[in-house]
Amino acid sequence: LSITSVDTDYDNLTITLVADFDASIQQVWKLWSDPRKLERWWGPPTDPARVETHDLSPGGEVTYRMTGPEGDVHHGLWRITAVRSPTSLEFTDAFADEHGTPIADMPVSTVTVQLTERDGGTRMEMRLMLESREDMERLLSTGVVDGLRQAVGQMDALLK
Amino acid sequence: VWKWIIYNLMVVDDLSNRAVDELLHALADTTRRDILRRCATGQPSVSRLARAYPMSFAAVQKHVAVLERAGLVTKERRGREQLVRTDARAVSRARQALDELEATWRGRVDRMSDLLVEGTEPEGKNSRMGGTG
Repeated sequence: LSITSVDTDYDNLTITLVADFDASIQQVWKLWSDPRKLERWWGPPTDPARVETHDLSPGGEVTYRMTGPEGDVHHGLWRITAVRSPTSLEFTDAFADEHGTPIADMPVSTVTVQLTERDGGTRMEMRLMLESREDMERLLSTGVVDGLRQAVGQMDALLK
Repeated sequence: VWKWIIYNLMVVDDLSNRAVDELLHALADTTRRDILRRCATGQPSVSRLARAYPMSFAAVQKHVAVLERAGLVTKERRGREQLVRTDARAVSRARQALDELEATWRGRVDRMSDLLVEGTEPEGKNSRMGGTG
């Protein structure tokens, strides 16, 4: 297996994943930068993905659709926030409607990818951070937050 | 994790905005948070809870009702008493979606790995280096 470690941090809603591939940085980068390759690994075999637009530049977007076993179609959208070919990439991944507009109530995850050479192969380090939508953030920052944070923090501590 | 729980309640459990409002309202009060804390470790009766706060039995009962409506506590009748317990599922469910995301990415990395192996096999243009005949 190529996955070296996975660390899931429930408090910070972050997953850190390290994978080592027996391939060059260029080859691994191509899995991200070539839409035809990207769509072959992004969706599981049960929900194949199709990349519709692909602009891997800062401010650019990648749109894709995934079709489920019952023919249900889900749209997704990346917004590229930083890119340094062929070693790093940062984007947000959100659910979108059929017009490619992010769906407000759905969560957004921020993904950072870092490729480095290691023992003749390539190490891919990824951080996946979940964020609630902006509106939710706003709602939660209206003073209710502290109470909620405190209460749930205590619940969590008690249930550990 | 609080953020996480809200996310889960909304997405995983398909909770409506109104239900989230109820949850936020329930948690926005010091006494109710304290009740939650007490009921997470023990299972006190409403009357025992009432003795812990400088307020009437009716007022405490009202707080418990708000928590119950938000799905944060459950009540159980035992004899003449009503026992209150914090619903631990609200917290444990919160972990589920992150686990799912992890599984998703494990699958993706496996597929990336397969694609890279495929790319190095002697087929197609990769293996045909050098000049032409």
